[in-house]
Amino acid sequence: MLTESQIERYSRHIILKEVGGKGQQKLLDGRVLIIGAGGLGAPVALYLAAAGVGTIGIADADDVDLSNLQRQVIHFTADIGKPKVESAREKIEAINPDVKVITYREWVTAANISGIIADYDFIIDGTDNFAAKFLINDACVLVKKPYSHGGILQFVGQTMTVLPGESPCYRCLFPAPPPKDAIPTCSQAGVIGVLPGVLGSIQATEAIKFLLGKGRLLAGRILMYDALDMKFRDVEIKRNSACPICGEHPTITELKDELDAMTVCDLKEA
Amino acid sequence: MNISVNGKETSVPENPKRTIDSLLEELNVSQRLYVTVELNGEILDRPVYETTPVRDNDVIEFLYFMGGGR
Repeated sequence: MLTESQIERYSRHIILKEVGGKGQQKLLDGRVLIIGAGGLGAPVALYLAAAGVGTIGIADADDVDLSNLQRQVIHFTADIGKPKVESAREKIEAINPDVKVITYREWVTAANISGIIADYDFIIDGTDNFAAKFLINDACVLVKKPYSHGGILQFVGQTMTVLPGESPCYRCLFPAPPPKDAIPTCSQAGVIGVLPGVLGSIQATEAIKFLLGKGRLLAGRILMYDALDMKFRDVEIKRNSACPICGEHPTITELKDELDAMTVCDLKEA
Repeated sequence: MNISVNGKETSVPENPKRTIDSLLEELNVSQRLYVTVELNGEILDRPVYETTPVRDNDVIEFLYFMGGGR
């Protein structure tokens, strides 16, 4: 049952026919894990907190750095040096005391990811390296957890929602990570600060729609955004029967770390 | 010959020998060695890029790796 204060806090949700009191209760009962408390993870965490998603997990081993603040809007100048998960927890709790925050001050690896994602309804990929992006995909596909992929670079971004077993996964599009250092990272090539705000807000929208069971998810299509052209495009994609993890003859049946996809820069920056 | 590339109608000279692989070079596509190609709604396996001809009215999408997020 919603309290009087909750009815007021979430009133703009509750008057939406797609949400209502029942939908708001679903959000309060919802559990979303955000992997990466950085550019993408920051807006996701802020909006899910405001929306009243009842349990928000955040995984990140990093501390807040001065160079993060140009885009990672959940971290403030006074947070420099603080663990990102603690900085994020403080802001979430300050926005909305309804939210229970669970922090994981560690990098996700093949050894720990299955245990971390097990308790959640929906996972957000807010990571900045291919090793983590492929690991999240593989872990979510193997245990059938829906998740939102997000990727950004310079002025462009992409996002896609994966419903394992139903819609294409990341490996349906990209069977294997690129060789290390083949594709530049944001720390090498730069990123306009508002870009993760746009993409992260879309990822948060997908999590909310998933919890509500409303609307059409970004599954079976990839959305691409170009901030310089100010254009969005979505491209329909089908499942790939040759996909190494969700295809007809999967070759990946257990998790492993994609060490070749990690760069020294990623390991330091990630 | 007219093809659609990333949603844009694109005119390329007639060339019966053109393949997906040669088109990547012709259009100077970035991440050429790693880009995923979707041809008429189907994701192509990389090994067939060299043997898959490009035909009039093909709808081609280049899907790029984007690894950033933090």
